[in-house]
Amino acid sequence: MFDDLSDLYQQVILDHCKKPRNFHELSGATRSAQGHNPLCGDQLKLFLAMDGEVIKDISFVGSGCCISKASASLLTEAVKGKTRAEVQKIFEQVHEMVTTGRVVGDVGKLAVFAGVHKFPARVKCAILAWHAVMAALQGEGQPVSTENDET
Amino acid sequence: MTTEAAVPTEPKQAVNWSAIRADFPILDQQVHGQPLIYLDNAATTQKPRAVLEALRHYYEHDNANVHRGIHELSNRATNALEAARSRAAQFINARSADEIVFTRGTTEGINLVAQAWGSKHVKAGDTILLTEMEHHSNIVPWQLLAERTGAQLVYLPVTGDIGLLDMNRLDECLTRKVKLFAMTHISNSLGTINPVVELCARARQLGVTTLVDAAQSAGHRPIDVQEIGCDFLVLSGHKMCGPTGIGVLYGRPEVLEAMPPYQGGGEMILNVEFQRSTWKQAPHRFEAGTPDISGAVGLHAAMDYLEKIGRHNIAEHDQELGAYAYAKLTRLGQGIRLFGPHIGRAGLVSFRLKDIHAHDVVTVADQRGVALRGGHHCNQPLMRKLGVESTARASFFFYNTTAEIDRFVEVLGEIQKFFGVA
Ligand SMILES: Cc1ncc(COP(=O)(O)O)c(C=O)c1O
Repeated sequence: MFDDLSDLYQQVILDHCKKPRNFHELSGATRSAQGHNPLCGDQLKLFLAMDGEVIKDISFVGSGCCISKASASLLTEAVKGKTRAEVQKIFEQVHEMVTTGRVVGDVGKLAVFAGVHKFPARVKCAILAWHAVMAALQGEGQPVSTENDET
Repeated sequence: MTTEAAVPTEPKQAVNWSAIRADFPILDQQVHGQPLIYLDNAATTQKPRAVLEALRHYYEHDNANVHRGIHELSNRATNALEAARSRAAQFINARSADEIVFTRGTTEGINLVAQAWGSKHVKAGDTILLTEMEHHSNIVPWQLLAERTGAQLVYLPVTGDIGLLDMNRLDECLTRKVKLFAMTHISNSLGTINPVVELCARARQLGVTTLVDAAQSAGHRPIDVQEIGCDFLVLSGHKMCGPTGIGVLYGRPEVLEAMPPYQGGGEMILNVEFQRSTWKQAPHRFEAGTPDISGAVGLHAAMDYLEKIGRHNIAEHDQELGAYAYAKLTRLGQGIRLFGPHIGRAGLVSFRLKDIHAHDVVTVADQRGVALRGGHHCNQPLMRKLGVESTARASFFFYNTTAEIDRFVEVLGEIQKFFGVA
């Protein structure tokens, strides 16, 4: 009866929601970006320490629902040590996955977000941190909002 | 919080609430395999069969444009629109149908006043007084007016989680510099019932024009504009069993008649020349273009329907449901933070479950058939003041039952378990 629910809130997500990883400010950060979902008031701030093209370290702070917190937490694990181009590719995979449920290529642990597509109202929660990391990499100073894009 | 619009006593008759529930076909369905429990009535209410049938009858028999044709159907449509206007006047105890302007809803009513009345009466240095618990639709139109004119917005504070207006601050806020005082009758996020009679009386003493947002009250309790003593009152049909797209702006005749038009177009003119035009009197001056005729017909049926049940009965029943839910939720103790007054609240409850975001609450509740609202409820400044980004809200109407509330509270327990906080 609650299959869809356990698809959405997989154990990994519940775990990262309760114990978010890399959940602090980053003193050596070279870039940062904010994400905001005005519909529910979710606020995230990501900090990146870049070494050339590579994300040497990454962290986040903020408040939000389980999906957005877990998404940010898993993001920090997924992109640490990756290049800008690699992150761009993961972003596209995650975007495809949370909007259609299709998993393209190997997304590792991030596959837990495939269930989100069945909950259209929650797609924005899952993608918020990803928009923020892309904005940070592109060096846009503007906070990103879930209401300024087509998710 | 003493003088809320006093409710004239009327002989109490027992109401068969479960028979009334059967008037709402939409309630009889399953959502995600569970019986629907619709607790989002502050957003919009469901429509009884009588309203659906009135709409259908209008389109099957009487549909035509109004005030234009001489043919039979046009006469019928015009009569239907004007009958709805008279019904609305009676429903809120206005003196005449000429005091009733049809709008798209509360939001348009406020924008109409902010533009038509505001552009004539508000100047740089003037103050517009609001309260901290206003819906965005009773904030943003005034911000736009303030930007255009150089006027200033001042807010009567709310006293923390308990959500009452801080009446000790009224004298300091309500000064002679205030041109207009706009206030909500019932807060959509706190459930507070404001003492609008007293607030309007205090404003009147200083010659301040008043607007009451009755979006959350018009379908839930008797409304008497003469007793409230306001200059303007706005409401939305869809929050009181009527269709979406229709609402009412009441204006005191002296105030309405002195107002310039809101929008220009057909229906609102007396005579049009290439360079200038003359306008009809109120209320038609404020209704440019073909109105929402079927919406007015549906609203008429909705008002008849509510009156048949009796708005005193509805008010009492709603408040009982609200109080019942509040008492049950209080038992969740440390696991829940409740907003709004402990007693004398309207039929809605805003809350946060400890360590669980409102959106997670709403998503899981939905999977169990319970329709809640989660978010800032178009009260962002208030939410910021309370130090939260969002709350979850259950809002009741007379067709809800205590059994539904029991199930709703049980589901909250299941949600706490699901997220491992209980
Ligand atoms: C207190 C209050 N004012 C105004 C509104 C806006 O009503 P509408 O969207 O029907 O114009 C609402 C609806 O949510 C409300 O609750």
